[in-house]
Amino acid sequence: MDGGRLTELEILVNGEPRRLPGPATAADLLSHLGLDPRAVVVELNRQIVRRPLLGATALADGDAVELVHFVGGG
Amino acid sequence: MRWGFSVYLSSMTTVHADPATDSPFTIAGRSFRSRLMVGTGKYRDNGEMSRAIEASGAEIVTVAVRRVDLDRTKAEGILHHLSPDQYFLLANTAGCYSVDEAIRYARLAREAGFNEFVKLEVIGDRETLLPDTEGLLAATRVLVGEGFAVLAYTNDDLITALRLEDAGAAAVMPLASPIGSGLGLLNPYGIRTIKSRLSVPVVVDAGVGTASDACLTMEQGVDGILMNTALAQARDPVAMASAMRHAVEAGRLAFLAGRMPRREVAMPSTPSAGMLE
Repeated sequence: MDGGRLTELEILVNGEPRRLPGPATAADLLSHLGLDPRAVVVELNRQIVRRPLLGATALADGDAVELVHFVGGG
Repeated sequence: MRWGFSVYLSSMTTVHADPATDSPFTIAGRSFRSRLMVGTGKYRDNGEMSRAIEASGAEIVTVAVRRVDLDRTKAEGILHHLSPDQYFLLANTAGCYSVDEAIRYARLAREAGFNEFVKLEVIGDRETLLPDTEGLLAATRVLVGEGFAVLAYTNDDLITALRLEDAGAAAVMPLASPIGSGLGLLNPYGIRTIKSRLSVPVVVDAGVGTASDACLTMEQGVDGILMNTALAQARDPVAMASAMRHAVEAGRLAFLAGRMPRREVAMPSTPSAGMLE
């Protein structure tokens, strides 16, 4: 750890607790999970994060993130 | 009988039921060639789904919003198998049981998707999957206010349909019978009545089981049909998709052609004059 600047975030992703090297943005989370931002919608604490803002949206400990996409349906 | 045959031909030419001269199928300002919309759920595999959708001739294809599987043990997103350039993707709010939940899913769908259309479902009962029409109306008002083109999945009730139109729904989608039941068109009168009273398109959604159901539904004069399980769970989805395509066209043509009146007595179709003594 470098003077405490690098922290580990604990967040909920799709209802499951996940640890993520911090500081991190929503874009960092997607890249950490290997997800293409064009194929996923991010909801942070019930607010949609629009794609252009993913890189500017910082995550904080305890955040609840939902990552959704289109699946088959009628 | 040359004479009879020529009469038959000349009467054919007076029929104006040419699909090319049919009024366009337009929802919220967007026109579509096909009156058949299809879903993407419950197929045995994605390859079969793609082939069935292609065979159906559908342009509007429904999809659902769900969590990404972070462990990648299940299938990938549907967009790997459906090109948004080829199809008009219509997101649904299937599985939503409250107004807030349906609104949340609709907003996520708009962000994920490529258009402002949403097939709005607010389900009221887990056994029948019948719509919660009160919740549906409330969610329709909110989403219309946010600029969505709401295609509202509802029951075969005229009053609800009228209220949905008043609330600004872009299309009203009454059911033929419960979702996934394959019971066919249970209330042709209700569907005809809704169609006759609404100005927005009426698209029958859910319950169609086989081609005759689709044909009979289109014969009521509705603007289109949406189906999923009838294709996905047919023994041969691709063949059924082709059958449905023809059935929807046949039903539409029959509606435009105008059926003969029903009579309780027989009328000979062969001349009774000229019989031998």
